[in-house]
Amino acid sequence: MHTKRIIPCLDIKDARVVKGVNFVNLVDAGDPASVAAAYDKAGADEVVFLDITASSDARNTQLEWVRRVASTLFIPFTVGGGIRTVDDFKAILREGADKISVNSAAIMNPNLISEAAYKFGSQCVVVAIDAKRREDGSGWNIYKNGGRVDMKMDAVEWAMKAEKLGAGEILLTSMDCDGTKAGYDIELTKAVSENVGIPVIASGGAGKCKHFYDAIEKGGAEAVLAASLFHFKELEICEVKKYLSERGISVRL
Amino acid sequence: MIAIIDYDAGNIKSVEKALEYLGEKVIITRDKNELLKASGVILPGVGSFKDAMDNLNKYNLCEAIREVTDKKIPFLGICLGLQLIFEKSEESPGVEGLKLLEGEIVKIPEKDDIKIPHIGWNSLKFPNKGRLFKGIKEDSFVYFVHSYYLKAKDPSIVTAVTEYGANIQASVEKDNIFACQFHPEKSSETGLCILKNFIEITKENK
Repeated sequence: MHTKRIIPCLDIKDARVVKGVNFVNLVDAGDPASVAAAYDKAGADEVVFLDITASSDARNTQLEWVRRVASTLFIPFTVGGGIRTVDDFKAILREGADKISVNSAAIMNPNLISEAAYKFGSQCVVVAIDAKRREDGSGWNIYKNGGRVDMKMDAVEWAMKAEKLGAGEILLTSMDCDGTKAGYDIELTKAVSENVGIPVIASGGAGKCKHFYDAIEKGGAEAVLAASLFHFKELEICEVKKYLSERGISVRL
Repeated sequence: MIAIIDYDAGNIKSVEKALEYLGEKVIITRDKNELLKASGVILPGVGSFKDAMDNLNKYNLCEAIREVTDKKIPFLGICLGLQLIFEKSEESPGVEGLKLLEGEIVKIPEKDDIKIPHIGWNSLKFPNKGRLFKGIKEDSFVYFVHSYYLKAKDPSIVTAVTEYGANIQASVEKDNIFACQFHPEKSSETGLCILKNFIEITKENK
């Protein structure tokens, strides 16, 4: 029985988890390795790390925490943030990460997707897309640099191109819904998942169990991602999984 | 000490870390003498069948692996490492596998509701009793990443199966040879238990 995945996302800055994490009995709630291991115990199917460190010497720090995560986390994990070259891919994968997510770098240099897919396999190339509905409502545009720059490019078309280039998954964040807790953007998720053959991870807007259900059932998402909702213990991963399972969606319990 | 075969096969760190986490000493090597001295040998692997066989040949590891298994040292193939120990694969026509066991590797059939590669958590059934699965309940979940799967000639060696567009043979065991199509090192508690069972087997073997 193949299952839908529930994925917590951790923001990392200077090798520390930012945003509050309310795990009891955690010696260090800012340590990526400890937090990730706690999420493994809590039933997470994977973990995504988004490194928002801005400093120029970020790479070595990043490799160091990835190495530490890999020695205590025994579920798949993805690392994103500031990855620009095939060599970056290689260095991070070598430390034990399973997948690399690229966003702005792939927009600026789409060949990065194909080169990485050729070298390391599509399964480890995740293309992250930040999408926002166009004002005329005709669709969604993609944004780069953490949602700051409108690329005037259609999100569905970009997702299709990413798949063609060799992406193994699309991590799709709705900028309109992100932080609202009013639910994922079902229309956007559906538009993308219907047009690509690779898994789509829905992101942005989760507030309650039903939102996860809708993203999968109505939006066609293979996986659903949430950050603050889990960090602040507003919902437990096992609650979400129980809810989905009771409604006929296969999950790993 | 368990040896992990080093043949440039991408990510072998995770297997090493998982074994170390379980308290086992690990050596990553392509030196035949080191492999023959180890209490157990693991062949990991991601990538294509042909590239992997080319590398095994380049480092003269095919013969070394045969000696390891002839010496009855417990041997575990993981993911592509399972595929390589059989005869051939549809992924790389004309390329010979290690032929430690009989059978071939075929592509997961394309169907509308099936995405390939098969990525994610899937549950296991146990058609035959396997030592790797001691203490593990049927329907436990493990993590898969693959596009090709095994059709073993002798069904009695198949110790775990899963469903994904086809009945996928997920694990085999014959004498001292073990293999998993899934990634035990990425399968949380269940996966660690499988690796622990393998470590136990290497200890009993001494």
